[in-house]
Parts: sequence; structure tokens; C-alpha cells
Amino acid sequence: MSSFGLNEIRSGMKLIIDGDPCVVVDNEFVKPGKGQAFSRLRYRNLKTGRVIERTYKSGDSIPAADVVEIDAQYLYGDGNAWHFMAAETFEQFALHEAEVADAKIWLKEQAECKLTLWNGLPILVVPPTFVVLKIIETDPGLKGDTAGSGGKPAKLESGAVVRVPLFVQEGELIKVDTRNGEYVSRAKE
Amino acid sequence: MSPAPKSNAWQPAAALKELQLRADILKHIRTFFATREVLEVETPLMCRTSVTDPFIESVPALYQFHSQTVAEQFYLQTSPEYAMKRLLAAGSGSIFQICKAFRQAENGCLHNPEFTMLEWYRIGFNHLHLMDEVDALLIEILQTTASDKITYAELFASQLDIDVHIDSLETLHNVAKHNHIHITDDIYDRDTWLSLLLTHCIEPTLGSDRPCIIYDFPVSQAALARANADGKTAARFEVYYRGMELANGFHELQDATEQRRRFIENNKKRSSLQLNEMPIDENFLSALQAGLPDCAGVALGVDRLIMLASGKHFIQDVMSFDISRV
Repeated sequence: MSSFGLNEIRSGMKLIIDGDPCVVVDNEFVKPGKGQAFSRLRYRNLKTGRVIERTYKSGDSIPAADVVEIDAQYLYGDGNAWHFMAAETFEQFALHEAEVADAKIWLKEQAECKLTLWNGLPILVVPPTFVVLKIIETDPGLKGDTAGSGGKPAKLESGAVVRVPLFVQEGELIKVDTRNGEYVSRAKE
Repeated sequence: MSPAPKSNAWQPAAALKELQLRADILKHIRTFFATREVLEVETPLMCRTSVTDPFIESVPALYQFHSQTVAEQFYLQTSPEYAMKRLLAAGSGSIFQICKAFRQAENGCLHNPEFTMLEWYRIGFNHLHLMDEVDALLIEILQTTASDKITYAELFASQLDIDVHIDSLETLHNVAKHNHIHITDDIYDRDTWLSLLLTHCIEPTLGSDRPCIIYDFPVSQAALARANADGKTAARFEVYYRGMELANGFHELQDATEQRRRFIENNKKRSSLQLNEMPIDENFLSALQAGLPDCAGVALGVDRLIMLASGKHFIQDVMSFDISRV
């Protein structure tokens, strides 16, 4: 596998750091006029999602990671694994708990997701930014309430619990932003 | 810096406004020195030798004296220091130069491999006198208020509670860790630790409302400065403003023997870092031997000065064509 010198590393590049695939957030060149040059690298560990900062001497190099992101459709869950199909190749992938992680509470069959593959194997799934899901459980709210008040918890068909305005009722469809888990609006099928 | 899209790569990196500001500042600098009767000089940018500094790499240039002969290796200068000192030794009196300087593999928000340097030497000044003159220049060009001045040791003591001369490498390592600096490499060298702490922990907030001049560096970082009488420090200073290193100056070393010793030390260090040894500039050493007048000198990054004057955060924003466009 090829590697990159610290001087050529740019944001967006995929590298292997401490054995994990990572994506570079930014790489700042730090060099005192007469002193040693450093690179302050910020990167996101693609397995844990955590952003980490680390300093390297500028002469160092870091191995490249064979990481690609593909479009994939969520097919179904069988209690053990979450099954996806690549949009382009129709290849199927079975993901386990660790790989679906935070995404699993948003997954509904046929959802168009982004799958991150490392050496051809899935390591991460990102759900669509906005999903439309049915409320399967929430307290009855007051008529005439507006979205301004504190709201109430509502359990969705996919398993997520979000805060919704009091006027939203069980059985209704709502649109949710999966990046922050916030209610956006009521939705139609 | 991501490379510019191909379609508009022909266009300048800087806006016209910054190019006009650059012209104004260059004019202003020349007036500043004219009123002080400092002579403007030019020295070669392409020379047979270059610096031996372990952390400054020169860009090689191949030159053929005749079209049929083998090309000889020259170097684009990383600063005009040695040639200017030869002029001083030849009796030029105080001199200044605005020129391009070149450094290998230096590219980032604050670095472009080819950049503009202002370098000047004042006969009869020590580093403290020259610090005052740098301050005067900044007040004139950037309308700053008078600089803070602090010794290297005081700075580290006040900001990181470190004694730069005494504390062990382990202590320095722990301070770095405590400040959330994670470094994978092993560092066995005090000056590298200090430089890491300076750039990561101190520099970002240094000189936030007025320039800050650090002086009396550890003698191990003397470069071309003379050692102070205390044996621990050297007559070297650096100027910082808004978290950016702007200038570096010395009360200049006059002793040719000591200068040769430092060049040889540098080359040893280069070898240990797997870098090629650099040919030593014998003409420069001969000039010191002939007698460099007592003087202080300083080099200042003109592009960074323009960044500060225009409030730009990327050096590319004040250059006509940065390395990605040449």
C-alpha cells in the first residue's frame, strides 16, 4: 500500500493511523524560521467517528487507506445483521452492530444510505440526512399547540426517540434530521 | 491549500487591492531606510553554497557555464545573509535588501517556497538596539503600539512554567502531553521540544494586541548570533505579531573560527538526520576573518507583513502567484 509524506497530505485524504482508517480534516504546516518543521494533523477515525489531533515531524509519512464511500440501499435486518445492497453493483453487504452503530435507529427498509468500505469491507454506514418515519408511540397532545413549546418524546418505527411538538400524534409521519436527531416537520407518505 | 481549479489557475492568487498594498509597503520600507541613511543593496540569489542549518533546505539550481560542459550545482539562497555580511566586511556601512528567498518543502498557510524577505544590518547596533528599530518599522507600517519584550526563558517560565535551561526532556514531554500535544515520534533533542512547545502552545496567542519580541535564545539555538556573557544564551531575537513569526535577528557573530565550528556542527547534525552535508561558504568565512564590523542584523518576512497589514490569514492571498499557480 502506498503512503503519503506529511507535506502532501490534504484534507479529505484517507490514511491508516494506529491501525484504523481515518479521513484527514486538515493538515497545518508549522515551521519556525530556523526550527524543525511539524505537521499538525486533524483527522476523523472512520470507525469511531472521533476527531483527533496529532503532531508529526514533516519528514514522516503515513500509509494510505483504501477507503471508498458508496451508495447503498438498506434491505432488511434479521436480528443479527443489517443487510445492504450497493446501488451500482447490487453487491450485498451484511453489517453488524459495531458498523451500523448510531445509524441503526434511523434505518427503514429501502433507505438510501452511504456505506464506507475499507479494503472492500463495510466499516461505517451513514443514513440519509432526512428520513420520514412513522410515530409508533407518543402521549396524546393538546389541540392548538404550536411548535414553540417544549414538545414531547415520540418513538419512531425505526427505534429512534425524538422530541416532537405536542400537536403531532401517534400514527403520523414526520421528517427528522438524522445529523442531530431533531424533528423537522410533519410529512406525507 | 487545495490546488486551484485548472480553469482559472492563470489568474493571480491575490486581489489587486493586496498587490497595491504590497507596492505601498515596499515603497514605505525604502523610505524608512532612506531617512536612516541605510544603503539598499542587491546580492546574488543563486550561489555555489548555501546555509548548513539542519532545518533549512535550499532549492538546488543547475547551471552550465558553457553549453557543452556539465551543469554545476548551485543553490537558490534561503536568505541573503552571507553575501550581505561580505559587503559589510568590505566596508559598505549599514545596508538593507528586499529580495526573494527560497526554501525547500515549506508550503502552508504561512509559507510559500519562494517568498519576499527584508534583511538589514546596522553597524554599531547590538540586538537590543535593533529590536527597537524593528519596533519603529512596525509602528510606521502597521501602526502598532510599542512591542512587548521578553526573554526566551521568561516567556517559557511565565506561559508554561518551564525552565528552558534546566528542565529535563521528560518534563518538557509531560508539559506537551498536558497541553494535549500528541506526537508519535521520539524526540531526543531539547531544542526540538522547545520549538514544539513554542509553536503549539505559545505562538498562537503571542503578540495578539501588539508585537512581542522574544530575545536571548538558548545558546544551542544561536544560529549566527554571538553568545551572551552568561554562557547560556545568545544575542538572538524573534518578533511575533498576532500569533505569527515575523522576523529573526542577531547581534552578529564576528568570530570566523567559532562560525566554522558551528557550520561543522550543523553538518554533523544534518548527517545524523540523514540529510546531505552542505558545502561551507569559504568566502563568507574569509570575510569574517578579514573583519566583520560590530553589527546587528535582522530578516523580516515581507509577505507576512502584508498579511498583517491587510488582515489576510493565508500567505497566498497577498502573493501574485503562489506555488500552486506557477
